[in-house]
Amino acid sequence: MLRYAFARILGAIPTLLLVIAIAFLMVHAAPGGPFDSERVLPPDIKENIERAYHLDETLPQQFYRYIKGVVRGDLGPSYRYRDFSVSELIAGAIPVTMRIGALAILLALIVGISAGLIAALRRNTVLDRLVTGIAMIGISVPVFVFAPLMVLVFAVTLKWLPASYTGSDGADRLLLPVIALAMPQIAFIARLTRASLIDVMNSDYVRTAKAQGLKTLSIVRYHAFRPAMLPLISYLGPAFAAVLTGSVVVEHVFGVPGVGRFLITASANRDYTLVLGITVFYAAMVVFLNLVVDLLYAFVDPRVRTR
Amino acid sequence: MTTSTHIKRFSARGLLPAWFFLALLLVACGDSGPPSVQESVLRRGNGAEPESLDMHNAISTEAGDVQRDLGEGLLGFSPTGELRAAAAERWVISDDGLEYTFSLRPEARWSNGEPVTAADFVYSFRRLVDPATAALYLISVTNIENADKIIAGELSPGALGVAAVSTHEFRIRLNSPVPYFLSLLTHPSTFPLHRASVERLGDEHLRAGNLVSNGAYKLQERQVGSHVELVRNEYYWDNENTKIDRVVHYVTPEPMAELNRFRAGELDMTRTIPPESFVQMKDERPDEVRTSPSLAVYYYGFNLTKPSFRDNPKLRQALSMAIDRETIADEVMGRGETAAYGWVPDGTANYQPRRFSYADMSRKERHHTARQLYREAGFGENNPLTIEVRFNTSNVHQRIAASVQAMWKEVLGIGTVLINEEFHVLLANVEQKDITQVFRLNWSGEYNDAHTFLSMFESDNPSNLTAYQSVEYDSLMDRAAAQTDPDRRKVFLAEAEGLLLNDHPAIPIYFYVNKSMVSKRVQGWGDNVLNYHYSQHLSLAAEE
Repeated sequence: MLRYAFARILGAIPTLLLVIAIAFLMVHAAPGGPFDSERVLPPDIKENIERAYHLDETLPQQFYRYIKGVVRGDLGPSYRYRDFSVSELIAGAIPVTMRIGALAILLALIVGISAGLIAALRRNTVLDRLVTGIAMIGISVPVFVFAPLMVLVFAVTLKWLPASYTGSDGADRLLLPVIALAMPQIAFIARLTRASLIDVMNSDYVRTAKAQGLKTLSIVRYHAFRPAMLPLISYLGPAFAAVLTGSVVVEHVFGVPGVGRFLITASANRDYTLVLGITVFYAAMVVFLNLVVDLLYAFVDPRVRTR
Repeated sequence: MTTSTHIKRFSARGLLPAWFFLALLLVACGDSGPPSVQESVLRRGNGAEPESLDMHNAISTEAGDVQRDLGEGLLGFSPTGELRAAAAERWVISDDGLEYTFSLRPEARWSNGEPVTAADFVYSFRRLVDPATAALYLISVTNIENADKIIAGELSPGALGVAAVSTHEFRIRLNSPVPYFLSLLTHPSTFPLHRASVERLGDEHLRAGNLVSNGAYKLQERQVGSHVELVRNEYYWDNENTKIDRVVHYVTPEPMAELNRFRAGELDMTRTIPPESFVQMKDERPDEVRTSPSLAVYYYGFNLTKPSFRDNPKLRQALSMAIDRETIADEVMGRGETAAYGWVPDGTANYQPRRFSYADMSRKERHHTARQLYREAGFGENNPLTIEVRFNTSNVHQRIAASVQAMWKEVLGIGTVLINEEFHVLLANVEQKDITQVFRLNWSGEYNDAHTFLSMFESDNPSNLTAYQSVEYDSLMDRAAAQTDPDRRKVFLAEAEGLLLNDHPAIPIYFYVNKSMVSKRVQGWGDNVLNYHYSQHLSLAAEE
């Protein structure tokens, strides 16, 4: 298992390099530069700035300089937020994004699995239709509609919860962002759990268990639950990645100082190094999460392990 | 662990403890309790993240608002926008308008208790023009002797025309008279820096605990994307008149989210009011909606390198006359914006703005003349014109462009293609002048003087994006620049604006308005065209 994990990590290095190279070319191909504005800079001032940030060098020189820095763990200075390096900006934002992301996934798993189990075990009843219907709404209503709506109801009108992450120092500031972020995942996990459990419950060995007189709940607990969770585990990696990238809207609406906001502002500002830094971060996260899911899959399903 | 117990952990019933775990985790994620209630804390919505707290590295209004709380220049503004003494208590200007000698307040102190001296200003001004600093905003100092040569790398920063005459006397020598020079010295780029900490700590001098500042507040905490927190600078010379103990500038890039935070009671003031909520706020909270004229103009520029518009002022005037500015200002915008019939906004200091010759015509007369000019320009029903209008992606710009499209169609029969582009793409296209025909941009005054609006059309100004070239205009601007008599200068500037309005290199559409939600608790707020609101001028009434 360890050797497998090590090989996967080594294999990720060329992938990451390729991602950096493509992202580097793309950000530099986009029209405009980081210091453009309606107030056009006089040539001498522009030259001084470009020299300070090595933007006067050729593209290959800039790429070499960047890669050299990345290898040393230096993602360069931010062109926009000039008081910070890109590493400092990302490092400062990761804990916030991770905290909200992890809580959202946890909430999605608990609520989603609970709802999915109930719907599957009470198939074709009002309860099932209710769960399926709510899940459908959860998937269909985009976060940018759902999140501001929650703010209007719970913060502005009822004044139960803060409207923003910085509106309180307590845990209540996490509730709305976490729910908003978890909502689509709850819906998806509920539907996935329901479908998967129904599928497992129709399999031959479950039928055999039923024939032997075991109660439904016992069958679920001892025979069906674990195999039914396999598709969910496969989904966990993309789900966590979706939660991290999906945090862009949530972070904007709730003023959460996480990584997601940088995704939009950095590219809008042509903050080349920050765009690249965020890309490297997300790429590394996706590679890492896929690895974790594969290892988890092997852990849960003995068939994968023996193969 | 047996298989059965392992499975049991995943069972439906087993999920119940997980709920408690989640609740526990949420609680554990909370931080310390609220700050002391005795303190007077002002919570400001500050828009986008300030790009830097370094006085020489920032250019945005968001950074400027924080920097004006942290630092103090030679001069400042009153709440209603009048120039007044700040770090300098008085000054003398030589008869030729070239030499300014400032007497600094002997009681002025840095936040570490050290005195603020003329040497601090000398160091700061030299650092600003030093090419190694790579400063973005140098407009305040480009008229100082040798500044341009230092920026170009031809002279060392030590050659700048600034000097410490004595510990508390600071002198500046200019290349040519600049009547609005005192107002330039209110800009944060001219604030002094604490040399010892900058040189000892490098970029680290900007961190909380390291930053030594000379304003009413000092830096307590900064969390990127969240807030910049300032606390009272006990050593500030006017500390006893500073009412607010703590100021938190919250990062609020989304206007609607900012407004919701205000409505939820989390902010005392906002940077702006989103267009879609303005009328609602006017109805619901009329006492808290603050609007005032702004030194900014929204315009459509012509690419004068293109044949249709170059050498065709009649066509440009026809297009300008066909736009019903009142409809755009009042109905499309509707937040107090005013129709722009000139280039320099009302409220600009020491200046009476000029207006288009057709400003007072009735709509019918304007449209009639527009059609006549359109025909004289060589177009008509048999030879209709099709124009591309480029603007950056935004609902507001889209709505305005659609209105202009309809007006041009109705009055002149012109077909207009609307092209929205990401802001930097638009800027790149406008600068390149290859494919652009008509473009939307705006211009904000950097200082309260007509010069900031009129200079952008000088032939050699890099911000002259229309490529307008007029020897006569340049000459009028040069003659205005050479005047030491403010009245004569005003005449030349007005003549230049008149020429500009006659030539129509751009179509001014409306003048912006400053708009903020300001809680009834906030006292001492003053409306001013530059929209500067120093926290030290404000106070908070007791909670109701």
